[in-house]
Formats: sequence, C-alpha cells, structure tokens
Amino acid sequence: MTTIRNKPLSTAAMHGALIFYTLIALFPIFVIVLNSFKTRRAIFSEPLSLPTADSFSAVGYQTVTQQGDFLLYFQNSMIVTVSSLFLILLFGAMASFALSEYRFRGNMLMGLYLALGIMIPIRIGTVGILEMMVATGLVNTLWALILVYTAQGLPLAVFILTEFMRQVSDDLKNAGRIDGLSEYTIFFRLVLPLVRPAMATVAVFNMIPIWNDLWFPLILAPSEATKTLTLGSQVFIGQFLTDWNAVLSALSLAILPVLVLYVIFSRQLIRGITSGAVK
Amino acid sequence: MDNPPDSTAQHKPRIRWHIVLFLAPAVLIYTAVMIYPLFNTLRLALYDQVDQQRVFVGLQNFRELFGDPLWSDQFWNALGNNFWFFAIHMLIQNPLGIALAALLSHPRLRFAALYRSAIFLPTILSFVIVGFAWKLILSPIWGIAPGMLEAVGLKWLYQPWLGKEEYALSALSLISVWQWVGIPMMLIYAALLSIPDEVIEAGEIDGVTGMAAFWKIKLPLIMPSIGIISILTFVANFNAFDLIYAAQGALAGPDFSTDILGTFLYRTFFGFQLQLGDPHMGAAVASAMFAIILIGVCLYLFGIQRRIRRYQL
Repeated sequence: MTTIRNKPLSTAAMHGALIFYTLIALFPIFVIVLNSFKTRRAIFSEPLSLPTADSFSAVGYQTVTQQGDFLLYFQNSMIVTVSSLFLILLFGAMASFALSEYRFRGNMLMGLYLALGIMIPIRIGTVGILEMMVATGLVNTLWALILVYTAQGLPLAVFILTEFMRQVSDDLKNAGRIDGLSEYTIFFRLVLPLVRPAMATVAVFNMIPIWNDLWFPLILAPSEATKTLTLGSQVFIGQFLTDWNAVLSALSLAILPVLVLYVIFSRQLIRGITSGAVK
Repeated sequence: MDNPPDSTAQHKPRIRWHIVLFLAPAVLIYTAVMIYPLFNTLRLALYDQVDQQRVFVGLQNFRELFGDPLWSDQFWNALGNNFWFFAIHMLIQNPLGIALAALLSHPRLRFAALYRSAIFLPTILSFVIVGFAWKLILSPIWGIAPGMLEAVGLKWLYQPWLGKEEYALSALSLISVWQWVGIPMMLIYAALLSIPDEVIEAGEIDGVTGMAAFWKIKLPLIMPSIGIISILTFVANFNAFDLIYAAQGALAGPDFSTDILGTFLYRTFFGFQLQLGDPHMGAAVASAMFAIILIGVCLYLFGIQRRIRRYQL
C-alpha cells in the first residue's frame, strides 16, 4: 500500500533529478550559443542574460564566415568522415561476409586478429604511422586521415556486422546460388540490403569520434589546406582569443553539423545499442 | 556423383578466390595502417638517433624514461595523474551513468527520450567546444561561476579551479565525466531494458519492489555490462589527450598538474616550445602506454570477466 501512496512523490523526485541533470548537461552549450549572438560588451557585463534589441549582434558570425576559412575546414571534415565511413562499411561488410558465410582454414584466427584492434587504441602506434605516412608522402593529405580512420573503425565494424550476417537466412543465399548467382552478387544484392540497419549502427558509432578527432589531424595533416573543423576551431581559438564574438560564433557553428548528424541518426544509435550491438 | 576420383582430390586444395577478395581490403588496410605501425612503434623504442643515424640501443630509452629524472619525473607524474583521472571516472561517471539509466528505464516515466537525448548531447560535441565552454564558465575573469555561486550565497566556495595546481586535474576529470556520462548511461539503459519482465514480476510477487528490486535483482543482472563499461573507461582514459590539450594546451598546465600520458606522449614525440621532439623517446612512451593498457585489459579478461556470473536469461 505504501508504494501506491508514494507514487506521485517518487515520480516528482525522478523528474526533479532528471531535470536537474539535464540542466547541467545543456548549460555550457547554452552559454556558448547565447553569447555568440551578443555584442562584446554584453558578453562580458551580462553573460547570462538573453540578447535584447540593444545587445544583439551577429558580428562574430560575419568575422567567421568571412575570414576563418571555415568552409574549407568544414569541407575537409566532411570528405574525411564520409570517405572513412564508406570504406569502413564496404570493407568491413565484405570481411564480415567472408567470416560469417564460409568455413575455411584460419577463419577463427582471422576473426580474432581483426578483433584485437577493438581494445588497442590506434593512437599508440602514432610514431609508426607518422613514419609510414612520411615515407609514402601522404603527410598533409586527407588520405592519411582517411586511411587511419578506416583502419581504426574496421575492427568494431567487423565484430558487429559478423553477428548480424550470421542471422541472414541460409535459404535465401542458397536459393540465389541455385539460380546461378555469383558469390559477389549474393553479397551485394541479397545480403547487404538485409543488414542495412546494422550498417547504420556501425556508421553512427564511427562517425562522431572521426568528426571530433583532434590527435591525428594535429599530427598527420596540420597544413592550412587539410585542416579539419575540429583542428581549425582549436587553432581559431588561439588566433582570435581577443575576438570573443568570433570565437563564440565559431564554436556555435562547429556544434551545428554534429547536432544535425545526431538528430538524423539518433534513433538508429539507440536501436543499435538496445539491440545489443555492443554488448 | 559421377566425378572421377582425381577431380575431387583436386577440388580440396583449390583456393576459393572470392573469400580472399572479400577479406583482402579490410585485412590489408588494418594490417598496414594499424598493426604494422604499432609493432614498428614498439621496435623504434629500442633505437636512438645519433648523428642522424638510427642506432640500436636496446632498453636504454626505457631506462631513461623510468630512471633519469629529466624524463622520469614527468613520466611518473603523468602516470599518477592518469590514475586519478581514471579513478574519478570510475567513482563518479559510472555510478552516475547507472543511476541515470535506472531512472530513465522506469516504465512509467514520461519524456524519457527527451532526457536521454539531452544528457547524451555533450558526448557528441568536440573536445574543443567542451574545453572552451568550461574554461569560460570557470574563468575568474568572465565570472559566470562566481556570479552564479554568489546568487545562491555560496561565493566563498569559488576558486579558479582550472588555474590552481591542486584542483585543475580534478576539475578537468569532472568536465570529462560531464562529457562522457552518456555512454555508460546508454549501455546500462540498454542492459536494463533487456531484463525480461517476468524476472521483475517474480520479484514483485515476493515483495521485492522499488529500490530493493534494483539492488537485489537488476544490479546483479547488469554486472557484465558494468564490467565492459569499466574496461572501456580504462582504455579510453589511458589514451585520453584531446580534452586536456584543448583546455590546458600541450604543457598541461598549471605546472604539468594536468599532464596525463596522452599529453606527455604528444610533447615527447613532437616537442613543444623549448623541448625538441624525439620520435624514439615518443615510441618508448607509447610502448609504456601499450603495456599499461594491455595489462589492464588482461586483468579484466582473466581476472574479472571470468568471475562475473552470467545469468541465463
């Protein structure tokens, strides 16, 4: 009986706790975006008040879009992220298909070898990676980043996709074989469309760390032409530390793309986690 | 069935090229860009640069790293800081994530999806944004934090947390917790949802409800997930770099009090200001990090994971 009587109270307590933490989670982002729309004086005198007709100013956004090279950085980030995701998904799915579909010598061993990379951060091999990129002339090209992120993403992709490919019905594939389809057609035409939800999950898991990475752009591609958005905004903060409007606007703009990506894919991410993709 | 016997004999050792083709791109890229450089890094740790010649010096670099005060002071400082960084994540981030997940998974809670997205939002932001936003808030000059504390009459609590040696590392660890708490929350949330209703109902019939149901039924069932989260936290923390670099710079100020292995590796490898970059010492630091992560993962796999009982659901 006590549990029933306490219910409204405990529900209120639950909401209270969650609202409190939600405020903590959103507050810093709110402060940045809010102040990016204010004049310099208002940023300093009243950092927490909303922009009024008096204190509103978009001068920061003008500075950023005019001289910050933000468009180029954004484009670099986009190329690197999309290309890496494409290669991770294509090569990862191909390898997963081989591992889940065929019985061959060393199948288990190959699976274990590829899974090693899940627990070992690729950053540890940076000295060797830089040496190799220098030797092959790939330093300060976007290819260096694409290759590194592809290698970094493959282990988890293979791990997740192999699980899903095992669930694709054998009857379907065998029917295809009887109809004379090649193994390649079976993979691309029959199996790939069926594991699309799993592919989306893998894409979301890889997308955010690639987009936000600071380490490899800093080391492998720091030149002006290859800077990514994350590295670009880091440098921007240093250069324009006196121009508060520009810094705050730059950071607000840098939040946007990843926010859009998240809104598009969040359902997939949650479905992926709840369906046990990483358990 | 009318194959001649020698044809089946030929059949067996035939290479099935499609398997090779399916595997080749992934295995080649992974081997060339991840595994080979990793072992090359470990190998380079045994060399040194003398008169622009690469010379094999055996374990000399490690002897310097662990024993020569020029290096070892920094190394042990970074290692100790890294353990504190990890401890705060284990003591605050993971319990907080579990608590949030427990609240969110309550069956009659409204707006659960909204809360979940909001709390997860910091996780998708780049370290640059996170570092700068918190630097602003905690800054004594700009003064959001002192102003806010004053509003609730707690101004005396305020310290320039990121600027004082004794607080800076803890403050940064808490910022990192703020950013990453969404990950344990999501994973535990998924684990809690996958507990079958019958188990909970059986507990209710026996009078185990509310908090008791969480401690006695759900928590033991999600132990394997908590184990995985712990090892993920360990690997991520001992490989962290970005937040500290973005907030405090490569020198991990004030006075190296926020230096962890990631920032130490960056400085050693690339150099910074007066310090020259040294790829071989960098490789030695990376090898030490590799050993630490490997030991942690092995302890988990052989020591902890085998003891966690997996309940048959």
